[in-house]
Amino acid sequence: MKPAVFQYRKAETTREALEALGTNPGAKVLAGGQSLVPLMNFRLSRPDVLVDINGIEELTLVEKLDQTLAIGALVRHSTLSQHPLIEREVPVLAEAARHIGHWAIRNRGTIGGSAVHADPAAELPAALVALRASVVVGAPRGERTMPADEFFLGYYTTALAQDELVMRFEIPLPARRMGFSEVVRRPGDFALVGAYVEDSDAEAAVTWFGLGAMPERQVVEAWPKGQDERQALLERLAREVQSDDEYKYAMAVNVAERAYLAAQKEG
Amino acid sequence: MAAVEDRISIQLQVNGRQHQVEVAPRWTLADVLRHQIGLTGTHIGCEQGVCGACTVLLDGEPVRSCLMFAVQAQGHHVTTVEGVTPETGLSPLQESFRDHHALQCGYCTPGMLLTAQALLDRNPTADEGAVREALTGNLCRCTGYQFIVDAVLAARDQGRDE
Repeated sequence: MKPAVFQYRKAETTREALEALGTNPGAKVLAGGQSLVPLMNFRLSRPDVLVDINGIEELTLVEKLDQTLAIGALVRHSTLSQHPLIEREVPVLAEAARHIGHWAIRNRGTIGGSAVHADPAAELPAALVALRASVVVGAPRGERTMPADEFFLGYYTTALAQDELVMRFEIPLPARRMGFSEVVRRPGDFALVGAYVEDSDAEAAVTWFGLGAMPERQVVEAWPKGQDERQALLERLAREVQSDDEYKYAMAVNVAERAYLAAQKEG
Repeated sequence: MAAVEDRISIQLQVNGRQHQVEVAPRWTLADVLRHQIGLTGTHIGCEQGVCGACTVLLDGEPVRSCLMFAVQAQGHHVTTVEGVTPETGLSPLQESFRDHHALQCGYCTPGMLLTAQALLDRNPTADEGAVREALTGNLCRCTGYQFIVDAVLAARDQGRDE
């Protein structure tokens, strides 16, 4: 229950962090540590070098540029849940962040860490896919940007290379109505299943988490106004993602229905 | 385990006092508080961030000290249960825990106290829902929580009367 030996490198800038990652093939990034440190305590993860990015100021920024909201990788869940800009521009993200873990976890855990950990039942990876965010990744060879749905590849698996660092997420800000809901056994647990439902004028979609190996976003032409018809459609969509466990897709339909109703309240 | 581990000399500010300690990077804040600094009020339960027994305040905010390395706490103010306990006697919140039988074995109590204290400092009018929500991250296997919630609410009311 104690981590194996590692070397500690504190990075003050993204450049220092990338240098440390580039020169140490066995290095891992330490952000909030709320997923990595438990894995290290169990020795399921034994990095040779930990690159601590907690002192890098530029990774903590939240700013609106034009019609995009940029959120630094090191922004903590507690900040996501109460930042005025996020609350105003993407309230569904603030709402989802309030459902992550517990108070003490939210005070340390980061959006970048949650994305890189890529737990299929986590709130934020699915939020990024639902919001059609871009992931901006730094590397010694320069930055690259990819859509969130290309970043997540499967269970705990992403497109991030060993020497790369997630810098920030860029969320486009069209007029959007989106609701969030999840089912958990106890408050703070990972979701059994959860959904984001979008019912904007330009787009109707559902993004599931806890249902497949990664967040799954499905676009529909429009959400039927009738509840029976809508739920039949949701069930068909959920079964496309996961058809084995009846209890799961049954629950998924309920969760998505609640998310749909929450989206209606966004006006 | 092979060879000699690197040690790093760090300054930790705990309960308002500076401590110079030599630590291995892999030592958690919880272990360093207990074994290097001698503050054994911070309890270690699960060492995976689930139980909340090791909760301390980092710059006034509750965090899991089993999920932070001590080296990361440099430059921050750490508060442990010793730091919210007066020189003599008990704090109003601690008195209230005693009066309401909010502990049996006491293992979870330091974490409960720090989380509850941080909540009341932030939100002196916290209602029962807010208290329960704040304490979801702290497990207690003895009390069934009701007496803990009662104690926090009573401490809140006492704070209002003062």
